[in-house]
Amino acid sequence: MDYEVVIGLEIHVELNTESKMFCGCSARVFGEEPNTFTCPVCLGFPGSLPVPNEKAVEYTAKIGLALNCNVAGYTKFDRKNYFYPDMPKDYQISQYDLPICYGGYVNVEMEGLAPEGSDPRGYVRRVGITRVHLEEDTGKLTHIGESGRIGGADYSLVDFNRAGVPLVEVVTEPDIRTPDEAKAFAQKLKNIIEHLGVSDCDMEEGSLRCDANVSLRPKGAKELGTKSEVKNMNSFRAIQRALAYEIERHGEVLEGGERIVQETRHWDAAKNVTMSLRSKEEAHDYRYFPEPDLVPMELSKDWIADLRKTLPELPDARKKRFMEIYKLSAYDAELLTSSKAMGDYFEECIKSYSDAKKINNLMMGELSMHLNAANLKIEESAVTPKHLVQLLKLIDDGQISGKMAKDVFKEMFETGKLPKIIVEEKGLVQISNEEEIEKIVDMVLEENQKAVEEYKSGKGRAFGFLVGQVMRLTKDSANPRLVNKILRKKLP
Amino acid sequence: MLHKLTAHELHKKLMNKEVSAVELCKNVFERIGVVEEKVKAYLSLTEEPALSMANEVDEKIKAGNDISHLSGIPTAIKDNMCTKGVKTTCASKILENFIPSYSSTAVKRLFNEDIVMLGKTNMDEFAMGSSTENSAFWITSNPWNLKTVPGGSSGGSAAAVAADEAVFALGSDTGGSIRQPASLCGVVGMKPTYGLVPRYGLIAFASSLDQIGPITKDVTDCALILNAICGKDLMDSTSLDTEIPDYTRALTADIKGLKIGVPKEFMGEGIDAKVKKLVNDALKIFEKMGAVIEEVSLPHVDAALSAYYLIAPAEASSNLARFDGVRYGHRTKQKVENMVDMYSKTRAEGFGDEVKRRIMLGTYALSAGYYEAYYNQAQKVRTLIVDDFNRVFEKYDVLVSPTSPTVAFKVGEKFENPLKMYMSDICTIPANLAGIPGISIPCGLADGLPVGLQIMGKTLDEMTVLRTAYAFEQEFGFKEKPAL
Repeated sequence: MDYEVVIGLEIHVELNTESKMFCGCSARVFGEEPNTFTCPVCLGFPGSLPVPNEKAVEYTAKIGLALNCNVAGYTKFDRKNYFYPDMPKDYQISQYDLPICYGGYVNVEMEGLAPEGSDPRGYVRRVGITRVHLEEDTGKLTHIGESGRIGGADYSLVDFNRAGVPLVEVVTEPDIRTPDEAKAFAQKLKNIIEHLGVSDCDMEEGSLRCDANVSLRPKGAKELGTKSEVKNMNSFRAIQRALAYEIERHGEVLEGGERIVQETRHWDAAKNVTMSLRSKEEAHDYRYFPEPDLVPMELSKDWIADLRKTLPELPDARKKRFMEIYKLSAYDAELLTSSKAMGDYFEECIKSYSDAKKINNLMMGELSMHLNAANLKIEESAVTPKHLVQLLKLIDDGQISGKMAKDVFKEMFETGKLPKIIVEEKGLVQISNEEEIEKIVDMVLEENQKAVEEYKSGKGRAFGFLVGQVMRLTKDSANPRLVNKILRKKLP
Repeated sequence: MLHKLTAHELHKKLMNKEVSAVELCKNVFERIGVVEEKVKAYLSLTEEPALSMANEVDEKIKAGNDISHLSGIPTAIKDNMCTKGVKTTCASKILENFIPSYSSTAVKRLFNEDIVMLGKTNMDEFAMGSSTENSAFWITSNPWNLKTVPGGSSGGSAAAVAADEAVFALGSDTGGSIRQPASLCGVVGMKPTYGLVPRYGLIAFASSLDQIGPITKDVTDCALILNAICGKDLMDSTSLDTEIPDYTRALTADIKGLKIGVPKEFMGEGIDAKVKKLVNDALKIFEKMGAVIEEVSLPHVDAALSAYYLIAPAEASSNLARFDGVRYGHRTKQKVENMVDMYSKTRAEGFGDEVKRRIMLGTYALSAGYYEAYYNQAQKVRTLIVDDFNRVFEKYDVLVSPTSPTVAFKVGEKFENPLKMYMSDICTIPANLAGIPGISIPCGLADGLPVGLQIMGKTLDEMTVLRTAYAFEQEFGFKEKPAL
């Protein structure tokens, strides 16, 4: 039978506010010594009470607006009750039936990744946003023992630094159809939130976390199939791989005439499998009810309208502007705006160098290659926009060749030195003096009579060989354009 | 005999240097030394810090500095309010050795007035009960008759004030926990409007109902303490941002033309005939002073008790989840199989029967499939009760009723029958559900035991409630004291 894949995502984003969600403790706690950023409120001590962080409410509404959501005029917090040692109060202050934002969408460009049978050019998946709500993060558990899990641990340690950090949950409609789309959506969401500047969105540091609901249904069916929920996908690649695994698993179960069990499954990236965590029967009854320690919030139309005015340019608009102003292709503009840092880098370059295409080529070529190889982010690059533009100018001025530039770039990337300095230190000056090149060409022709004969007898390849010899003798410093020109002149 | 005086009387003596704060403090501790063995109002006494606090007040007086109306006044604090560095147990084994690193806002505000804290008073565990018999540590006796209960849950606070073991005390009131023990002990107890006194540092029972208030020897002291503890606190989102009047300005004794409603639902079946008689006598006194008295109806309060016993336990089941043995308080010493086993054993050992009963009730009321029928339905009833009160307050300034359906009952009499015990709060619970202020003042003795008169007012109209209470107090002049 032909099945349709149905995926919905729940993405948690830690906000980068100064203070925690319900107390005055600093929220910048990543990597800090355990339990040093805590107080009676975020430790859930008896008698302590929460006071909402207004900045976090504002950030959440901003995210909602950026995702084309409605912002609620009336919203409230609820308690989600369950026992777990990383939860100081054994309930989480969250939002249940009246989230701050609801009913939005995100268009995800799926260039080249369209599902089979659809037009791959300019393919866009629109993903509905069910809701965006605000809650508090939990602490962090470390289980000491062989299993590494709470079951069978010798003992467990808990760090409450993270407890109470503002956490936004974005829930999508089940509109996603492939693992690629899921990954692209998550990346797009990260990109949008980065542009808003309200979260660090770092999957490794856990400031962006993704869970997925997956199900299969016969093609054309309206009703959803039984779903499984996949947790612990710690990278964009993990989202893709875990979902691909899960889809295959569902397919096999269904093809075998069996039923999918509704359950929560854990992605094990090392083993490349999902494993059952708990079944529906074991699922918590969260006993949501309105948080009586907080009063409902009213967000006025004016407040929302003012907030909308403060929204920065978002990736889609930025892409459009890059295409219009810098005449970049849709493909290039999409890549350049695929992260805030990337777009910022480009814009810093274009301030002092006008050829957008050349900037783009160098960013997508050498820069991306070296960043990927070193597993670095563009904002960590030793090659800054200033460096990159200087290199482009050296090429333009004919001081170095494009080929030399590759070596210079490598050194720039490794040492952080300016290209001018590297060129000087290495004496790497392109030979653009025609007389000088002519002398070398003469020398090469003299020493390579055989090649010259071959060329004369019509073997075109011999010409390239001769160019190569000239370049070798000049240690790649001869201007290739001139070498070509002079060789052609000399060879009849 | 200093311990018999009120705060405002003692304030004059301190100002006139007739007595020092240290002398006063010692005098009250002497009193405690004599009667505490019988009453057992306190869970802990803090004599040393109390004397040093009193000494500081004396230094201020000596230096000619201004002192507040409550400076040097010996005070008892209910043991569910956090006191920095002083054990705060909620009368529960689960917090038996809990020493908070912070003080509750209400206590802090009293400290700012330089009160002298004597100790922490007994209560029903986590404020759940109407007799203080649910304390995990011991039973407190009613000073009027040691074989009877002082009421609850603030039984220790009310008994301490009645027995002159404190000049005044703080209590908390979720369904009558200040007013009912005040009634049973023959003292004044007030629950202000919900949100008027900040709850920060009050160990929560039911967050949407809990309210701190004073237990005093007269209405004047009550007003003085409200002046000190009311007002917005940035640490409590539910505390009201409202201007706080000088409550002593309400103490005028003039109630001519005051419209008093008497809800018939509070005078019906279940109210002891002797209690009813004393309340009717009180109404005659009001009438004589020029008030207009009419019977009114609050048709939905019949459902108040049921609604309360869904909402309060629901909130409690969540509020008490944090007592899990992970971060503080009791943790089981038994061998445990796993995390859930640790939770179960810790909580099984740490909580008493009534607390467990209410956690189960509340968990059930919030469970999937039952939420609509129980918790949500109870919230709807609550709205109807609020509407009932709003309707009668359009025409009436205050409502008057008995505080408790009976006088103090015998220790053990209702202990084995929770439903009977729950009925003790039938007259007080509606004010909590509606969030309105209510006071209990003594209106006589029946069989040698005090009867309390409840006066309820409009939201944030503590002034009229106090004026009515003060007028009655002046006219009636309840001077009896328990013979201890």
